Order: sequence, then C-alpha cells, then structure tokens
Amino acid sequence: MSETRLLLANIDEPDLHTLEVYERLGGYGKRLRRALLELSPEEVLQELEESDLRGRGGAGFAMGKKASFIPKGDMDKYLCCNADESEPGTFKDRLLMQKNPHLLIEGCIIGGIAAGANKGFIFIRGEYAAQADILDAALAEAYGRGYLGERILDSEHSFDLVVHRGQGAYICGEETALLDGLEGKRGNPRLKPPFPANQGLYQGPTLINNVETLCSAPAIVEKGADWFKSLGVEKSTGTKVVSVSGNVRRPGNYEVELGTPVREIIYDLAGGPPEGRQVKCFFPGGSSAPVLTQEHLDLPYTFEAMAEAGSMLGSGAIIVVDDSVQLVGLALRLSEFYRHESCGKCVPCREGTNWTVKMLERIDEGEATPMDLEIMAQVQENILGNCLCVLGDSMAMPVGSMIAHFREEFEQHIEQARAKRDLEDVSHRGAPELAAAGEAGPN
Amino acid sequence: MQRAGDEGAIRATPLPTGWDEAVRLDADAATVPDPVDVAVPDELRAEIEGHMAKYPDRHSAALPALGAAQERHGWCSPEAIAQVAVVMQVTPAYLSSIATFYDMLRTQPIGSSYVYVCTSVACHLRNAKAVHDAIAEEAERQGIEGVDIREFECLGACDMAPMASVDGRYVGPMDVSDAPEFVRQLKEGREVLPGRSLEDPGFRLPWDTRAQVEQSAGPEARGEDERAPAPDYAGGDRPGTPEGDAA
Repeated sequence: MSETRLLLANIDEPDLHTLEVYERLGGYGKRLRRALLELSPEEVLQELEESDLRGRGGAGFAMGKKASFIPKGDMDKYLCCNADESEPGTFKDRLLMQKNPHLLIEGCIIGGIAAGANKGFIFIRGEYAAQADILDAALAEAYGRGYLGERILDSEHSFDLVVHRGQGAYICGEETALLDGLEGKRGNPRLKPPFPANQGLYQGPTLINNVETLCSAPAIVEKGADWFKSLGVEKSTGTKVVSVSGNVRRPGNYEVELGTPVREIIYDLAGGPPEGRQVKCFFPGGSSAPVLTQEHLDLPYTFEAMAEAGSMLGSGAIIVVDDSVQLVGLALRLSEFYRHESCGKCVPCREGTNWTVKMLERIDEGEATPMDLEIMAQVQENILGNCLCVLGDSMAMPVGSMIAHFREEFEQHIEQARAKRDLEDVSHRGAPELAAAGEAGPN
Repeated sequence: MQRAGDEGAIRATPLPTGWDEAVRLDADAATVPDPVDVAVPDELRAEIEGHMAKYPDRHSAALPALGAAQERHGWCSPEAIAQVAVVMQVTPAYLSSIATFYDMLRTQPIGSSYVYVCTSVACHLRNAKAVHDAIAEEAERQGIEGVDIREFECLGACDMAPMASVDGRYVGPMDVSDAPEFVRQLKEGREVLPGRSLEDPGFRLPWDTRAQVEQSAGPEARGEDERAPAPDYAGGDRPGTPEGDAA
C-alpha cells in the first residue's frame, strides 16, 4: 500500500517554499494563466463545482457549491482561508504551509477568481509562528513577481492577500468566529443565517475555505474536473492528506485517495499500534468525531462511510487509541479541552462542557454511581444542536460514543474507583485512631 | 500606625499587578486615551499603523497590535493596552476584552517568553502530561524566571508528540528524560534541543523512512547524531525504532 501524492507530491523537494523551486516544478505559470486568461471566472467556478471537491476542514461541504452561493455584483467580496488548524490530531495544514506556501497562495488566487473576491485573508493560528513567517515571505515573493496585486499577469483580476495571525483560540476555526477574530473581536460564533456567503467579513459576501481545500484547486484548474473525479470514489473525490497520530508506530501525514480502507492507513502507512497492542478505538476525523472501533477498520475512508458508521471524516485526522489506554482518562482530557475552548456565548456548551468534566472527575475519584452515566448522557443530549456552533456537540458526540461503545469499561471504572476510595477512607479514618492508640500504648 | 479595618490599611495592601484586581466602580469608564497623555514608542506605533493599513477596518488590527505590544512589554499590561488604544483610537476596555479571550495574550506578568507543552488528546496518548510535569518540576528546581511554562491545547504537531513550543519553535518528540537538558538550555538562553525542531533544516521524525535520497544533507546535518533515542512510549515500549523501520 502506498500513498497517492497530489498535494504532497513535491513535499520533500528542498526549498520548495521558494518561488524559484515552486515555479520550476510547474507552479503558477501556465496553470495560473489558464485560470486568469483562458477561462472565464464562471468557467473556473464550474470546474470547481464539477470536481465535487469537498471541504477538507471538517464539515465536508462542496467547495464549488459554496463559492456559487456568493452573490454576483460589484460589492466588496472576500476570500478567507481558514488556517486556524486547531482540531486535536490535525497537522496537515501545518505541513502544507510550511513546505509549500506558494501552493496555498495559488489556491487563494483561484478561490478569489471563483468567488469574485479581490481581497483575501489567511487566518493562521498564532501558534504557527514559523509557518506564518514562511507565508509572509512567500507573499512578498509572489507580489514581487506580479502574481498578487493589481491586474495579475495583465488580466482583469486583482487580488490582495494578507496573513492574519490569531492569538490562540480553538473556536476561531469555526467560520463565523474566525470572521470575528479577523474583525478584531473576541472569537464568538454568529447566528446563521445569514451565512458568510451572503454576509461575512465586514458584512460582505465571503468565501471561507480550509487550507487543504484551496491547495487542491490549482490542480483541478490545470487538469480538469474529470481528472480529479477519477481519484477517490463517487461522492468523495480526490485525495486526502490524513494526519495519523496517537498510538501508532509512525505518526505522520499520509496522502491517500479517498476510499482507501481505514485499516490500510492505520496499519500499512502508520505502522499500526505498538507491538502486542490492539486498536481499541479511533477518532476518524479529529477529536470531535465520535470514536469507531475495530469492526469499522475495514470501512473505506470516505465522507459517506464514516457518516454511516455514526462518525465523520471531519478534518481527516485519525487518532488511534490502543488497548492500554483508560477511556475515562481520555474522555476527561477531551472534555477539559472543550471546556477550556468554549467561548461561553451559549449556555448549553459553556455549562455542559463544565458539567461533563466534573462528572468524569467524580468517576475517576470514586464518587460516582452507575446512575451518573445516565445523567452524563442527558447532559450531552442537552448540548447537541442547542448552540450557535458545534463546539459543544464536538465534545458531546465523542464522549457519548465512548460511553456507548465501552459502557462496561466506564461502569467498571466507577466500581473500581469507588472501592479504592472506600479503602482509602478506612485507612484515613483509621490513621488518627491508630496514632492515638500508639501514644497511649504500653507505658 | 494603622489598625486593621482602617481604610488606609486596605489601600496599603499591594494589589496584584494583573487584570484580576478589583474593578473601580467609583471611577468613570476609561475612554479613548488622549495622545497627549500616552507616549508610544515610535517603533510600536509604526508597527501598529502598518497592521491597521492592511485591513479595510482598523479594528481588525487589534489582534496583531496587541501581539506587538506584548512583545515589547512582556505582557498586555495596562500601559501596553493604553499605547495600543491611543494608536488604534479605541477604548482600553475593548482591547482588554480581547486580551482576556485569547490564550496567547498574557494578562499577568508571567514572563516574556513561553513554553507551551501540548497535553491534548494525541499527545496525552503518548505520555505528554508526564513530560510537562517533568519540565515544570525541573524549572522550579533550577530556578527559572521570566518564562511562562504551561500546558497547552493541541499545537498541531501530533506527529512529533509529545512536543512543546518554545516561543513558537516546535520541538519533539520528547521524553521525560529530556527535561533537565531542556530546562538548562532554556535557562542559559540557548537553543532548546538543537536538531530536534520542526524548523531545523533536514528535520525528520525518528521513524520517518520516506527519506529523500537526493537530499544532500547527510545524517550529521540532520542532527541525528545528537538526537536522543525515540521517546519512551506511554506504556514503556517505543512506537517502532528507526533502525527497525529502515530495514
């Protein structure tokens, strides 16, 4: 089993991040000319729509369709590249931006053509300081060569691009919170509708796409939608850079055609769990995706198959959990993350994440009863679908799935922790009495 | 001599310097500062104005501007906020609403540089908590000052888990046994774990066998010599050794 490298094709090429090497390997030049001069904006959009390229950031919405929602007309329109990659387990965009920043810039230009936008922003998370510097340097090179700015390559299209550094907030990966972060506010999700395609950044129509999605666009323009559709399967076209992490021997980014069996990704590419261990469960699409178990290993890695199995492909990050891991501790770590990152705007999420953490702590400290699992399920139910964005759901779903798949383990943990606490109680209570007995001993 | 309960005694109690100090309800809300009252270093002013020029709306510059001010002041101090406010012509309250929201903006004078140790899900599965605790303990033992050492949520480098970001420089994979060296280098202001950062030329993960044959950098240049053996894995055994995988 080997990878199908499209986005990562030249990733090991030294100095790929420089314009010179990128151009030598076929970047910009002919295909950008095709997008700007040979094809009309409508044709670029049509090509993207027909490719069935689906968003690689998490929601999996068709990119071309999203771009087609942008109204026509002369108003100020914007393109936003979501490079706030913060989903636990995901590190594909980091690699793409660090090694191949010009591919992203070219993708942004093409996205801008499709959306009719003349101004674009790359919202990169503040933690990616080195990658942001690389992007800034690449932008300067692209401006210098006339690939950005006024009338690119003497075409009608002008496009300005700005790198905007975040300051550390998971929620800014949510598209409307990203817009708030870009407008210089606290990153709070907005009520939808209106959707960003109608009213986004500075109230203007805005196309928001993930780094990997935009990086896929240049090849589609160059080789056509039909070629792109020949990769992958029916409704999940193209390739996907999969970030594999957790309990595997070779964590890393692997690019495969969508539809590749999950087992091949985890075992053949990432080396499977360490010797003597088994896959207990895995998150198929970042930590927000409900966990799947061994029985799902032979499913094809597609948007549909993951959804049918009760999870999602999400950001395309597989986190493998082996049988040495205690799930209560993992669930606790997971909910602590969402508690910390909840922006606090919606009550079910703000309170629900906090309650979940407290209840899992109770389990771990031996103060819970089996009834707590029911209460916890109820808390998750009250979060699902009741907030402006899906951050709360992103905790409720995986935690719920862990309890659903491994209820016995949770119940056992409750019992064992209780027994342990009872034992400690006895020795604690016993200690002063024994000490007193010692003092009053034979004298 | 002041007695307890005396108002003067309460005022004499030094308040913490951060944003947790009590809000003065008797004072008027702070307005946009007058340029006459607040002196702004020229460099900082130029940087903030440069950010403002990039956006259709000057408010968008709030995040980068606060970042720039923090770089100079070490944290988002009241003085730093006032300087940003006067250049951007916004209220200090607006800026502090942002400073308190984002994780990378410091509202306490903890230190001008940072070490974020990722303890999120993927790192958690590889024993990251122990690595953080070892570094924190070691920092206390060696008496480090001016560095904000903390657990952090996913930093997007789960391939090199467990890892840490030292002022934006990603290092990993780490092991509990790296802590003493890590802290010593940090304390001496040297590069932390040289050769083991994502940004180091030719950096490769210990188990990465997709090596480019054509790359001129030899093993020395890749820093493999100084590299400690692959980190201890959660349970004790390793996720595959480089030698084994290369075969």
